[in-house]
Amino acid sequence: MGVPRETLRELYLKMAQTRRFEETAARLFTEGKVHGTAHFCIGEEATGVGVCSALAPEDLIAQTHRGHNQAIGKGMDIRRMMAEFLGKETGYCRGRGGCMHIADASVGSLGANGIVGGGIPIAVGAAFAQNYRGQDAITVCFFGDGAANEGAFHEALNLASVWKLPILFVCVNNYYAMSTHLSLHMNIKDISVRAKSYGIPGFSLDGNDVVAVYTATLEAKKRILENGPELMVLNTYRIMGHSKSDPQTYRTRDEVEAWKKKDPLLLFRNRLVEAGEFLASDLDALDAQAARDVAEAVEYAESSPEPKVEEALQDVLA
Amino acid sequence: MREMTYAEAIREALSEEMRRDESVFFIGEDIGVYGGAFGVSKGMLAEFGPKRVRDTPISETAIVGCGVGAAMAGLRPVVEIMFSDFVAVAMDQIVNQAAKARFQFGGQFSVPLVIRTPSGSGTGAAEQHSQSLEAWFVHTPGIKVAVPSTPADAKGLLISAIRDPNPVLFLEQKLLYRTKGEVPEGDYTVPFGQAAVRREGRDVAVITYGRMVARCLEAAQAAAAEGIEAEVLDLRTLAPMDREAIIRTVKKCGRVLIVHEACRTGGVGGEIAATIADSEAFFWLDAPVRRLCGEDTPIPYNRNLEDSIVPRVPGITEEILRLARREASWPRA
Repeated sequence: MGVPRETLRELYLKMAQTRRFEETAARLFTEGKVHGTAHFCIGEEATGVGVCSALAPEDLIAQTHRGHNQAIGKGMDIRRMMAEFLGKETGYCRGRGGCMHIADASVGSLGANGIVGGGIPIAVGAAFAQNYRGQDAITVCFFGDGAANEGAFHEALNLASVWKLPILFVCVNNYYAMSTHLSLHMNIKDISVRAKSYGIPGFSLDGNDVVAVYTATLEAKKRILENGPELMVLNTYRIMGHSKSDPQTYRTRDEVEAWKKKDPLLLFRNRLVEAGEFLASDLDALDAQAARDVAEAVEYAESSPEPKVEEALQDVLA
Repeated sequence: MREMTYAEAIREALSEEMRRDESVFFIGEDIGVYGGAFGVSKGMLAEFGPKRVRDTPISETAIVGCGVGAAMAGLRPVVEIMFSDFVAVAMDQIVNQAAKARFQFGGQFSVPLVIRTPSGSGTGAAEQHSQSLEAWFVHTPGIKVAVPSTPADAKGLLISAIRDPNPVLFLEQKLLYRTKGEVPEGDYTVPFGQAAVRREGRDVAVITYGRMVARCLEAAQAAAAEGIEAEVLDLRTLAPMDREAIIRTVKKCGRVLIVHEACRTGGVGGEIAATIADSEAFFWLDAPVRRLCGEDTPIPYNRNLEDSIVPRVPGITEEILRLARREASWPRA
């Protein structure tokens, strides 16, 4: 596969952790333990995990609201993610932001954004800072197909191109802008052609192939440090609804079932076993580890203190 | 002390901070070779080079967003929005991003961003180039708002803004750019949240900010000729607002006139009046609190129309005198 065995192991474990994290979060919802919302990336794990695993600690990411894979990919602590989901003081945002605003400055995550496309110009600013300091690092900016129709996307790509900033724009195309299919919200099939308008390279690939995503990111980073920004479109699918309250009336069961056959975790597992890289039992062990990690995270989160109401006004200003 | 214009004072503050701190940079539309739409950054490109003084595309969202991201990544951006009306184009980056980042991420990030932008009417630039939009941002927790009224304040407040770990909207008064005043040399700051009494008085407290300060001082002078001593309080920053100074001047004078250029309804004047009404200052009031503000209308092009809808010296003088003589005709509900 052209990727070290240890990296393959890491990719699999992070994807399994993401899957387990979200399945568990969904269960906590149904148990009525969560006040708030979350947006699940089940089916899209290979995108965030594949991209972020190819980055160095000094590389930065701007996440989307559907970014548990991005967070775990960049090395965020699952316990603090779960604590944030449950609104606890020990969460990444001290219970102020929830899953939609998860961030970890210590691993280079500039945070998840609740405004579609809102993080794209911010990522350009982070790349500006890296360039300004002469750092050998890039910023990766995640957003969805829906965000590619926001003005912020166009302004940001243009600016990054004009200034040749070290940024990889990653469009996670799951074919739905909430409920509206790609065919109804843009008149092109391949989003990467938009790169051409800004004079930067653009390319699309199978976002469910984690090895392809990982490898493409490594290569893109090298080119970006030399030549400036690129747009990478990862075609994938959101198996779950948009958020916890989505009745999913806009798509057919058949469509969802067809994509389930392209489940990135399942594909990767089969491939690893077929290639003889791992035994099925090795991967079972990683699944079990992911389950243990998430169970421990739930325990940590549930036993963590609530934020103090007396501290509700903290951090409005420095 | 040496004199310089408001625009020169801003340039000096920005240049001094850029010389002092390598992490300060400056981007915006036509700020480089052109020197800024109002000439504020003339000569800065030559001194600092295109790495630190950089022209942008006409993309307000990207300009402010770039500032937010660079600030979160540890730099100290100063971004210029050519006219304050254009902040509406960048509203998401200011309100949802810059103002929220610290809070929503649990204090992990600072956003030491300064958004400089010329504000106000009086230039015949009509509806989309003349507004005073400070109230929108005073109503947004997480961002500070400064409205300097003198060259000295422009410099001292801008230095404070650049060193502040929070996002700051710096509303320059475009009609003041060419006005002159004494400006101290070198490094000094004017702290946020500290109003200045520009004229001592005892009969009427005039509370104002920005370019209306000069008009209120002129009106106070005219009232003095009639034997009425008005005190003029310049708020300097609206977020934070110096509520103690407001209460102090009200307790001293007992009668209050609030003056601002921005339109009346939902304006900062309402907040000032409320500050008086729900503090102990209320018990010192000898008359209802009066507001003299811009009319609730877009800014028209025609000079006479434009002039007619913002407070002018004769009108301010008249209000001061009426308040002092208890002749005010209070509007009925």
